[in-house]
Amino acid sequence: MIALSDFLILGALLFSLSVAGIFINRKNIIILLMCIELMLLAVNLNFIAFSHYSGDIAGQVFVFFILTVAAAEAAIGLAILVVLFRNKHTINVAELNKLKG
Amino acid sequence: MEQIVFYCFASILLFAGAMVVTVRNPVRAALFLILAFFTSAGIWLLLEAEFLAMTLVLVYVGAVMVLFLFVVMMLDIDLAPLEEGFAKYLPLGIFVAALITIEMIAVLGASHFGLDIVSAPIPHPEGYSNTKEIGLLLYTVYVYPFEIASVILTVAIVAAITLTLREKKSKSQNISEQIKVKAKDRVRIVKMESVKKQEAES
Repeated sequence: MIALSDFLILGALLFSLSVAGIFINRKNIIILLMCIELMLLAVNLNFIAFSHYSGDIAGQVFVFFILTVAAAEAAIGLAILVVLFRNKHTINVAELNKLKG
Repeated sequence: MEQIVFYCFASILLFAGAMVVTVRNPVRAALFLILAFFTSAGIWLLLEAEFLAMTLVLVYVGAVMVLFLFVVMMLDIDLAPLEEGFAKYLPLGIFVAALITIEMIAVLGASHFGLDIVSAPIPHPEGYSNTKEIGLLLYTVYVYPFEIASVILTVAIVAAITLTLREKKSKSQNISEQIKVKAKDRVRIVKMESVKKQEAES
């Protein structure tokens, strides 16, 4: 049988992989968005694993809501990306300094 | 048997995740992300979350990733300046990732969540429907969060459309201009003689 810890470690590995992805791809916004999607996937895996092993279906309902919010986030993020590219002709994070932050 | 499937899917998932973060071409990264979603849908099936596995394939692979591919292919991106700093931040990224992994395994490892502590659940009887169970909970206990989720999706649609709408080409009415209009803007009075003099021609 597969232990709960196996699923949790898989989720942890996937999460840290996407954290590393955010570090090494810090110039490309598209890859950053993909890394965020991968992170949410790892979190969802943990939710479902706990839900399965504790016999409580509420964890899966939460995954449902996370999927909803992640879909909305991806849609708005990509819309912002398209507008950004239309105005500045680049998606390089280093050149996005208009707000002087 | 179950373990073989799990380790097979887990290794494919980790491989796909590693390729997403390291591959240079964004189109390839999006395709590997599709592989990652598909594989984790398989792992969710192992965890008896059939409804969510199908939702993941339909919503993520079918809609979100197609949107990603659409945007990546639509934008004409110059990749060369985006790749600088890749090797520079690689050691730091690997270091932080390894640290996070070690910390999480220390907490979530077999000593706390192993099989002898959290025993495997009893398999559900025949005729058990995961979708029905989720629906029963979603439409009773979590009905208000469900409505809020639908509002969030509506807001996302409206925001995405208003952000990317180029200019106002619709036949919308400008109310203030309609109210401010005077009679002389609408009707042009032309003074002219009612009878033309035709003596010159005859």
